[in-house]
Amino acid sequence: MTRILDVRALSKGFTMHHLDTRMAAFSDISFTLDAGEFLLLKGRNGAGKSTLLRTLYRSYLAASGEILFHGPEGVIDLARAADVDVTYLRRTEIGFVTQFLTARPRVSAEALVAEPLRRSGAPAEAALEQARHWLQAFGVKPELWAAYPTTFSGGEQQKVNLARALILPQRLLLLDEPTASLDVSARAALIDRLAELKAGGTAMIGVFHHPGDVATLIDREIDLTPDAATREDRDDVVV
Amino acid sequence: MSLTMDEPTLVTTRPLLTARDVSKAYGPVQALRGVSATVYPGEVLGIVGESGSGKSTFLRALNLEETPDTGSYTLDLPDVQGNLFDLDRYARRMLCATRIGIVYQNPHLGLLMSHSSSGNVAERLLVAGERRFAVLRDKAQRALEASEFPTERMDAPPAELSGGMQQRVQLAKAIALEPALLLLDEPTTGLDVSVQALVLDTLKRLQQERRITMVIVSHDLGVIRTLSDRVMVMRRGEVVEQGLADQVFQDPQHAYTQQLVHAKL
Ligand SMILES: Nc1ncnc2c1ncn2[C@@H]1O[C@H](COP(=O)(O)OP(=O)(O)OP(=O)(O)O)[C@@H](O)[C@H]1O
Ligand SMILES: Nc1ncnc2c1ncn2[C@@H]1O[C@H](COP(=O)(O)OP(=O)(O)OP(=O)(O)O)[C@@H](O)[C@H]1O
Ligand SMILES: [Mg+2]
Ligand SMILES: [Mg+2]
Repeated sequence: MTRILDVRALSKGFTMHHLDTRMAAFSDISFTLDAGEFLLLKGRNGAGKSTLLRTLYRSYLAASGEILFHGPEGVIDLARAADVDVTYLRRTEIGFVTQFLTARPRVSAEALVAEPLRRSGAPAEAALEQARHWLQAFGVKPELWAAYPTTFSGGEQQKVNLARALILPQRLLLLDEPTASLDVSARAALIDRLAELKAGGTAMIGVFHHPGDVATLIDREIDLTPDAATREDRDDVVV
Repeated sequence: MSLTMDEPTLVTTRPLLTARDVSKAYGPVQALRGVSATVYPGEVLGIVGESGSGKSTFLRALNLEETPDTGSYTLDLPDVQGNLFDLDRYARRMLCATRIGIVYQNPHLGLLMSHSSSGNVAERLLVAGERRFAVLRDKAQRALEASEFPTERMDAPPAELSGGMQQRVQLAKAIALEPALLLLDEPTTGLDVSVQALVLDTLKRLQQERRITMVIVSHDLGVIRTLSDRVMVMRRGEVVEQGLADQVFQDPQHAYTQQLVHAKL
């Protein structure tokens, strides 16, 4: 198997200077991930699932540990890589999918979805054609394709967001609850696309509120709840 | 994580702009204390920091309007060599006129208020040696169009235009020669909120379509967040933190940055 990620003894906390305190989010996390593997992150609210994904993406700075990413140019520690390298990898190798679209004024839905392909060098017309295919697949009405998503409903924006985030296969895909508040048909389209990307070798780490949705994709799980092993017992006692 | 100057990077492109250890004092006021910055081609660097922290001074240094006491500044461009702070006045003027564009908060600094708007843009082209009237007018018009200036008003002097329109003329002047580097000092401050959004929109569009390398200073963290790939935080003439824009805003490390981000969001 082709190794994609080696996470070693990764820890993250937040120093809140105004309170003069430091709060741990997670500590000493280690795992590996190969091409085509799907890792499910579990844990109660506040366990640090989103924080771990953001740390891997470098939106958060790791406190310690290593995030060795095996890319086409070699192995790079994302925890310490130069900003310019992270920007480059985000454009070509590492995707982050949330439920929220960052719409831009006066950029049409189809142009927004086509953008990752355009940036990777695809000709304009071919990229637009692909974009329309994925807008269709996720159930965005054709009359909206040329319109500006800034005016779309929450659900419509979310579908545009997924089409854009998943149009270009990437080596590593981080997913933070992408199915939340999505309708059934769009959810099915998402699972189909993820299965296709996985078969093509994309490694994935995801948080899903309803893991049942992705049950067929899951290879491994990590529970970030502190003392996860005894956690269920304690829940029973509390309830 | 800030990029230290000599750190090997994966990306094979070289930085367009490298400034190292730039210091500048005005009498007893130390405006810049060893400021270093690296900007890669197509990148947008945002600079934030409290009033008087040295942001505009640094930008003026990058525009070669100011000669620092110490430090070096290089641009990786054909025919441009050595420490640009060592250039003489004439060489500076030529370099700025042809390769660097700047937009000031105050349009009076960037424009001749009584000349026509198209004339203000054409002046840039004249400095670069263009003399054919039809070409001047055509190029000026195209730069104004790219800045989304209503070209039916291109013969009106900036003094007769709204603040948002004046900023568009400055922008057209700055991009008329397709500069390698665009510097923006509070380009939307002082405009009405709705006009601010429109100017910001134009900047975003130019950035997406032309991949112009930019350094932008603003008090408005929303503006910086919308436009920047990377952010540098200044305080009392020093850089206290720099990193990817989303990281600096979501996971600020320095106490001052936390205060800034939490106060303004
Ligand atoms: N930028 C931040 N600054 C300070 N604290 C943060 C920040 N981001 C997250 N935290 C804290 O870290 C902890 C983990 O939060 P995180 O969002 O990772 O949880 P989660 O597992 O994704 O929870 P949920 O299921 O509710 O989404 C929480 O206590 C949260 O308040
Ligand atoms: N030409 C000058 N002569 C004397 N002092 C100056 C000059 N230019 C700047 N200064 C001083 O240098 C310091 C930095 O000023 P600068 O204009 O760079 O700050 P700034 O970060 O742009 O602030 P602001 O956000 O208010 O625009 C200030 O204390 C200022 O008074
Ligand atoms: Mg979360
Ligand atoms: Mg200033």
